[in-house]
Amino acid sequence: MKALIERLEKKFRVTDPVMQRADETFFTVDKADAVALITHLREREGFTHLSFLTAVDWLEDGKFQLTYLLNNNAMKADVGVRVFLDRERPVMESVHHLWKQAATYQRELKEMFGIDFPGSPRIDEPFILEGWHDIPPYRRDFDTKKYSEETYFPRPGRTTHDPADYMKQKLYPEE
Amino acid sequence: MSSKDLEKRRVTGPDGEQFDVDPMQDYFCQERPKEHEPANRIWESFLNWARAESLWILGYGTGCGAIEMRPLMTPRFDAYRYGIQWRPTPRQSNVLVIGGYLSVKTLKRVIRSYEQMQGPKYVVALGSCTINGGMYWDSYNTINRLDKYLPVDIYITGCMPRPESLLAGFEALKKLIREGKGEGQNLYARNFDEYKANQKKIIRDWDMPDYNW
Repeated sequence: MKALIERLEKKFRVTDPVMQRADETFFTVDKADAVALITHLREREGFTHLSFLTAVDWLEDGKFQLTYLLNNNAMKADVGVRVFLDRERPVMESVHHLWKQAATYQRELKEMFGIDFPGSPRIDEPFILEGWHDIPPYRRDFDTKKYSEETYFPRPGRTTHDPADYMKQKLYPEE
Repeated sequence: MSSKDLEKRRVTGPDGEQFDVDPMQDYFCQERPKEHEPANRIWESFLNWARAESLWILGYGTGCGAIEMRPLMTPRFDAYRYGIQWRPTPRQSNVLVIGGYLSVKTLKRVIRSYEQMQGPKYVVALGSCTINGGMYWDSYNTINRLDKYLPVDIYITGCMPRPESLLAGFEALKKLIREGKGEGQNLYARNFDEYKANQKKIIRDWDMPDYNW
């Protein structure tokens, strides 16, 4: 894995490699290099399987993080390629030309996070949500509780307890 | 189905014959649901007895509770011995069992199925999700109270209810029907505008006719 990272660092702007396990490594790559790097991993290094493509919303940093997890069946190893996008203009190059199924992940990301992948097939069609009008629901500034209360007629009488406090009161009432 | 399927169009038949199709006129009924007045007391009580003994469930699994229906319809719990059977299509059934959480997308299909079912028809709602949202109470995509969108005859509590509680629920439903209190369908017809307003409030891409029967 170390040798792989060293090979990649010569060609691409690869930073922050994290050896999660002996057979699993994550690293960050510059957005402009990302698709070239993923193509290189697929064509030259044998990482032929896209396990998943997912996103994280770093609200405080103003960034979206995309993670492409690629699997090398011969080496029995995974690499996670992280790409950071600007939260204001989240646009990323599509990888559907490498893996057909990436288009489905990208459709989901478009709907749930609002990350655009121009040129990806059926990217603008609704994926799970039909007729969604609000900001994408997986963004962290979307208040799902408030939305639910305004939209779905909450039934009155529901109480919630913080589990830690509640158990403390139950077990040690005099403290 | 999309809103395009509801538009008028010219269709070519197998013999090359051209004819116009207006789906809203040709495929769907344009009339609101009507309330049904009960017949005289003795005849109505006989009908209610017959209805209670003739429950046909639409085998449509909406949430995780649908998994409880499999042991129920197979020899382990065997609901058939109570005269409760499953049917594959809405047109052949009169009990709609809502198995747990309903997302907005599923609710749309549930409404279509419910409206296509034959009357008198009943709705049985399983689990805490249909009552107050359950563990999905603050989700952006699942409804909290089913009775705002469909007339629920009986709720069965639990997360998930065991097949035994479903059997008890069906017995309670039979009792309700025998007493003439299974009035969900009439309730739906009476408050039709209110139900439709609630449904349309959350189903934003309403691309089906208002009357689906």
